[in-house]
Amino acid sequence: MLSMPRRPFFWIITLAVVAFALAPVYGNDVSLRESLLLDALYITLASNLNLMLGYAGYVNFGSIVFFGLGGYICVWLVNSYKWTLAPSLVVAGVCVSGLALIFGFGILRLRGAFFALSTIGVIEAVQAFAENFTPWGGSSGIYLPASIFTPLGGPAHALWIIYFIMVGVMGASLYLSYAIKTSKFGLGLLAIGQNEDAAAILGVPTSRYKAVVYSVSAFLPAIAGGLYFFKSAFIQPSDAFDLSLSTEALVVGMLGGQGTVTGVAIGAFLYEELRGYLLTSSTFANFQLVVSGALLLLIVLFFPGGLMGWIYSRFPRTQKVLE
Amino acid sequence: MLGILASVIDGVLVGLVYGLAAMGLTLIWGVMDVINLTHGAMIVAGMFALFLLTSVLGLNPYVAMAPVLIGGFFVGVTLYWIAIHRMVGRPPLMSLLSTFSVNLVLIGVGTAVWGTALFNVDVSLPGFTMGRYTFPGAHILAAVLAAVIATALYLFLQHTRLGKSIRAVANNREAAELVGIPTTRVLAISVGLGVALAGVSGVLIATLFPFTVLSGDGYQLKGFVVTVLGGFGNPIGALMGGIALGLLEGAVTPFVPVSWTLVIEFVLFVLVLIAFPAGIFRSRRGAL
Amino acid sequence: MKRLILLAAAAAFIATPAFAEDTITVGFTDSQTGPLNVDSLGQQHGYEFWRDEVNAKGGIKVGGKTYKVKFVSYDDQSVGGRVQQLYTRLINQDKANFLFSPYSSGLTAPAAVISEQYSKIMIDSGGAEEKPFEQGNKYLFMVITSAGHYLSGAVAALKAKDPNAKIAMVYSDDPFSKAVLAAAAQQAKAAGLQIVMNEAYSPSTTDFGPIVNKIVSSNADAVLGGGHYSDGATLARQMHDQKANMKWISLLVAPADDKFGDLGASALGVTVPSQWELQVNYKPQFGPTTAAFAKAFQDKFHLKADYHAASGYTSGVVLQHAIELAGSIDPEKVTAALNGMDITTFFGHIKFMTDPGHHGLQAAHEMVLAQWQMVNGKLGRQVVWPQAAKSADLLFPIPAAMQ
Repeated sequence: MLSMPRRPFFWIITLAVVAFALAPVYGNDVSLRESLLLDALYITLASNLNLMLGYAGYVNFGSIVFFGLGGYICVWLVNSYKWTLAPSLVVAGVCVSGLALIFGFGILRLRGAFFALSTIGVIEAVQAFAENFTPWGGSSGIYLPASIFTPLGGPAHALWIIYFIMVGVMGASLYLSYAIKTSKFGLGLLAIGQNEDAAAILGVPTSRYKAVVYSVSAFLPAIAGGLYFFKSAFIQPSDAFDLSLSTEALVVGMLGGQGTVTGVAIGAFLYEELRGYLLTSSTFANFQLVVSGALLLLIVLFFPGGLMGWIYSRFPRTQKVLE
Repeated sequence: MLGILASVIDGVLVGLVYGLAAMGLTLIWGVMDVINLTHGAMIVAGMFALFLLTSVLGLNPYVAMAPVLIGGFFVGVTLYWIAIHRMVGRPPLMSLLSTFSVNLVLIGVGTAVWGTALFNVDVSLPGFTMGRYTFPGAHILAAVLAAVIATALYLFLQHTRLGKSIRAVANNREAAELVGIPTTRVLAISVGLGVALAGVSGVLIATLFPFTVLSGDGYQLKGFVVTVLGGFGNPIGALMGGIALGLLEGAVTPFVPVSWTLVIEFVLFVLVLIAFPAGIFRSRRGAL
Repeated sequence: MKRLILLAAAAAFIATPAFAEDTITVGFTDSQTGPLNVDSLGQQHGYEFWRDEVNAKGGIKVGGKTYKVKFVSYDDQSVGGRVQQLYTRLINQDKANFLFSPYSSGLTAPAAVISEQYSKIMIDSGGAEEKPFEQGNKYLFMVITSAGHYLSGAVAALKAKDPNAKIAMVYSDDPFSKAVLAAAAQQAKAAGLQIVMNEAYSPSTTDFGPIVNKIVSSNADAVLGGGHYSDGATLARQMHDQKANMKWISLLVAPADDKFGDLGASALGVTVPSQWELQVNYKPQFGPTTAAFAKAFQDKFHLKADYHAASGYTSGVVLQHAIELAGSIDPEKVTAALNGMDITTFFGHIKFMTDPGHHGLQAAHEMVLAQWQMVNGKLGRQVVWPQAAKSADLLFPIPAAMQ
């Protein structure tokens, strides 16, 4: 991992992060910032999902549960205990990772489709729980008063700070993805993804690795969740545990090319831009779902390697540089 | 006391319909290891078919089951050729995604055409009264029909040639191919059957509750829970699973605030998956 | 020579600049898809009706200028997450001067966060929950009666008919319904009525069978609750199918929609708190009367106006009046005009609270209670409460379901 700075891909990631950070500053472009924030969020969610999906081969339909729980813990700490943003984010990340580790040992005993289904069960159970849990406002959720932005210098200023933190989180996700992929741990995960039983026989500590990666894949999405819902000043169960966001993260992973760091990032970026366009275009507004679905079908049927798969096959030398 | 009994009975009645709703899902899953995420959309299609057949053609709702069965079969075969054929043998993730994407397309088109307005099919039948509690006739008839269809399916799989071929392919596709069973055709027929079952369950559900284009998702989720409880590929298991789910909902409600029912359902779902990955009611002879 | 003159005239004509039109842009989202679609449509029609009426008269007169009204709107798909993205876009990219709310409390709360972050005025006709108004806002204004007052009329009417009524509160687990029923519970207790059941069901519930059984087991004779259209309609239908035989049923939102009448016998006797009905008769200080509005709306949309449409229209009227009073479109001046407003239109008496803890909450408008009754052999809504506004007597108890 320490050899990373010597590899060109490390600098490609750094360049992307800097570009994200600086682009809206130039010209004080607020609407660009808002749309880049969403891009950064999708990239974060998809990259972390990729750790389970692309590397270890486990489909996590409920990856959004980390995002939602992180959001709730952060907002709850800020609201009920008057904490400031930074410690709340860290605690949210640590708590959700810890929970994931515990949960993980249970559901990671399942394989393939069963695991996928159990993740749906987990997210539905957690959402139903949040709707009943009174300290978290039940189904009404938690409202944050405007005063939360005062320690950050007022709403306008705070929105910029939040943006930079989110870009940081996105960068951390990309570095993390890359670091794992080039490590022994990552090799073990890929082996599990190829053939879990063979990997076990060859000495890969499969249950430990799976639990660790599940827990690690929860940390940054939880922080992203805390950030997102703090910014929204409002969280309710149906927004925090929106199953369709999970599936979008999945689509994004497939679109870009699962198991690749670049692919997932590009996929997230493209998908979010497409979605934003579809959402506001008067011709397509009713057809978003149709377009997303058709796109996904085409990819799954004809381009299972996603965008990166296509790029690798056309330009084999990029495989050495772009992970 | 009577109240609890009434809830339990009602739960079983509705549960039988849940079981039927899951049957198509479990069949396709058992035969070709494909999780059909268009299942919810097919249930909704059945609901709308009922609505159109009763309001436009004035058909009796229960007579409408026949055209839906037949239509559903052909839709299923088409679905197989579009989205599933290339996925057989590939990791289940792929078929999951391909059926998921078809689902997005179908729901998208449905919402564009019908919006998300509520549709209602009025079915009034004399019910059965027990003290202050009444079981609507439609609930009773739907439950009976669900049980009849499930039994018919079971007999079909056990005693007809085609049924046995399906079970053979489910058991071991390569071996079935070797002994001369036309596996591709069998797979297509299985999907056809699965979708037909989904459609018919939609018809029955629509006689009980109002629905929108988005209603399918909820029943699909319940279908998953039922499938897990009842075992994959096992139609009688699906029925049992459905009854179990209905019982759970009916028995829990008198004692616990209604909003906790979902939490309990899904926690149980996850626990059962972990403890009994092959389902609680699995048949001794393996798949189907 | 003639040709040259013609050419010159044509050139002069083309070269004359067209009159630049000043416009005021109003931004909002509506739920064109998703479960809130049916109710949201009424509100949207109300907005559009106002805009077309204003533009037909030339626009809003501000100081010496006239501004045409332009709408920019997006589909929020009934999802809260999208609402914030879309309102941010409306403000930053579409340069909306003023905002209208989405439909429903659950969507208005996130929208309000954005409008306050960017200091834009938002007129709320779709979200009745009080919570967003208790966070210390400056630019939020609600034209409809807030959630806490929804069922106060129903409770008072029930007490008048049956002081010993036993009430079952069964409602959707969403912010709006919970707020309404929490207030109703307090009002019922203060009136000395007994509450024998108080439970929230998940908004996605489709099978109310077990819930209805629980209502019967509780020995209740009155039901207060519901949520929005789908659950309210299903609950009414299942109570009827299972012969729960309640003497009194008050459901939120659903029975205010004309489609509720399609339920036939299940709809008979069901009461609904309504922001406005066709029979309501306030004398307007300006603008159309109820009858004039209803007729013009029907002519334009071929639909009967319901309270969502009336409240949407009123948002526009209130905004327009404030701009005209302020003589400017400057947000601070318009806000001052809104804070001082005290008017009566066909919709009712409109005045806003101005103390910081409740800024923007509606202080004057009142709900009426409507009930589905048989009128000349057809099912229709009548206003039954308050006494001063009623168009028919309250039907109590609801006739028992036929065997």
